[in-house]
Amino acid sequence: MSSLAELLPALLIAAPILLATVPIVLGLRFDRTGWSVAAITTTALFAATVYLAGAVYETGQVVHVLGNWGAEQGQQGIGIELVADEFSVLIALLVTAVAAGVLAYTRVGGPRGNTFYAGYLLLVGGLLGLSMTGDVFNMFVFLEIVGLATYAMIASGDGPESAVAALKYLILGTVGASMYLIGVGLLFMATGALNIEVLGRVVPEVAAAGGGDLTLLRGAFAFIFVGFALKVAQWPLHTWQPDAYQHAPDGVTPVIAALVSTVSAYALGRIMYNVFGPEFLVATPYLTEIVVTVGAISVLVGSGLAVIQRDVKRMFAYSSVSQFGLVVAAYGLVTQTAFVGAVIHLIGHGVMKAGLFIAAGIVALGYGARTVDEYADLASNRPVVAASTGVLLIALIGIPPSVGFIGKWYIAVGAVEAEVWPVAIVIFLSTMLTLAYAARLLEKMYFTPASVVESPHSSESVAADGGERLELVSIGMLGILVVLTLSAVLLGFAGGAFFEWLEPFTTEVFTE
Amino acid sequence: MIEGALDVLATRYAYALMFVLMGIGMYMMIANENLVKKLIGVNLFQTAIFLFFVAVAYVEGGQAPIVPDDPVPGELAMASPLPHVIVLTAIVVGIALTAVGLALIVRIYAEYGTLREDTLREVRADE
Repeated sequence: MSSLAELLPALLIAAPILLATVPIVLGLRFDRTGWSVAAITTTALFAATVYLAGAVYETGQVVHVLGNWGAEQGQQGIGIELVADEFSVLIALLVTAVAAGVLAYTRVGGPRGNTFYAGYLLLVGGLLGLSMTGDVFNMFVFLEIVGLATYAMIASGDGPESAVAALKYLILGTVGASMYLIGVGLLFMATGALNIEVLGRVVPEVAAAGGGDLTLLRGAFAFIFVGFALKVAQWPLHTWQPDAYQHAPDGVTPVIAALVSTVSAYALGRIMYNVFGPEFLVATPYLTEIVVTVGAISVLVGSGLAVIQRDVKRMFAYSSVSQFGLVVAAYGLVTQTAFVGAVIHLIGHGVMKAGLFIAAGIVALGYGARTVDEYADLASNRPVVAASTGVLLIALIGIPPSVGFIGKWYIAVGAVEAEVWPVAIVIFLSTMLTLAYAARLLEKMYFTPASVVESPHSSESVAADGGERLELVSIGMLGILVVLTLSAVLLGFAGGAFFEWLEPFTTEVFTE
Repeated sequence: MIEGALDVLATRYAYALMFVLMGIGMYMMIANENLVKKLIGVNLFQTAIFLFFVAVAYVEGGQAPIVPDDPVPGELAMASPLPHVIVLTAIVVGIALTAVGLALIVRIYAEYGTLREDTLREVRADE
């Protein structure tokens, strides 16, 4: 293993966090340096992650022990570790790719200013840390770094509503992270370890010994699950998400929607499968049932509420609740196929939601439309945006060949393997409901003439500065939208590749 | 039964206290209309967790985890240092959170001119 690859996990986290100070410092002298610094950093991070993925492909896990603490003494698991394996590298690739891509939108359209890009880099660093940490307590710290950066980014919107939404998210997010911290404390009481790999070895022993420590383990799982359910926005703890997504600035929503909850969901999967392990999940009475039920209800409630929304961004936000419900339900199935399905769905959902929110941002910027009704006749005015939105919506429904289909397919096959038939029915129902709200938007865009709708918002903006507004949409925005749309379709052909890529990880977890 | 409960309370009062504090914090978050008091509730909730970690670290008859110059082998009972380190980090995180929360509250007050959530809801409904 080359020494560079071994350094990379630490660099990937440290670089964006340190460079987050650069826009502020340079901002004292120059006005607009933030975007360039952020663009260069995120592009370099993406390249580094690709290189790291190559190293992981060749050698398996890449482990970085911070300060070499414990490695010298030959006692693994004492120091703080950063681990890049097949699972975490996939998420890191998604994070860096989307983070670099969305910058193309914010250059012209997004909230500008150097402080914003400082927050952006902090968020990227936190997300990469969360995806690569090998230590449950550091996971809490990164969870809070991500949280803090997210609250600040949401509050950077123009309207006062964004501050209220951010405060609501702050209070609920803190409770979620605190619940997770209690779970970590109980886990520490039961096992005396914080390192994920060590925990993965010790937990089965403690569980087999039974007694008071087993009760502690079960309590730990309960607290950790509730904490992550809040962060991932599972029913009935999802109420912060629609507000936060709707009121965040248009340039921020794609990043938050595509990455923040996704990485939290990844962390939940990491804890469930690497710390507790499939054996514990299956052996504990009612555990998988509860996880699957929470996920399944989120799917139905989320897509049900999405159908009745009028605001487009709010509709997509509720759709996120339902998609993450699917991921959590897949985690609860505890089969290899369903797990791979969950990972594919995480990645796919990230790509699709980033695209959809960028499209919503472009439409709001260039057309002044925010509600479903105002989307009327979008196709003839903005054909590229309308076509991309259409394709992304079709991918979201899960029509092949698209990444939405592959994820749902693997989860459904996993549900059949685990003989949990209700999940297969839930997937079918959610597809129907997704079709309901996607079709509503598609119908408005392609088949409703514009003159029918007289909403004050759109008519005012078209009359006053319609010509100027169109100028605001840059080539970069359309470019990134088209790239995301294409990848949502092309990743649909990569189901087998995902399965192979994750195979070393899943066989290690599932065949112990 | 009651004796058993009393026994638990007598030996594990730190945990009981932690849950009482957590309950108070949670109640403040939910029931208080004042945003600043809500944030105080969040703080109380976090402090309860810090207390929990300190209680976890306690060792019967243990001293502060600082190794003396001439340790007597086998006679050193020490409190576990790791939870204390964790709590230190968590306290820093908590302070950062409080700062961001207060900044958001200042912004809300500047925009709406109120700190009470019920008034806030009325103002927003009117718009």
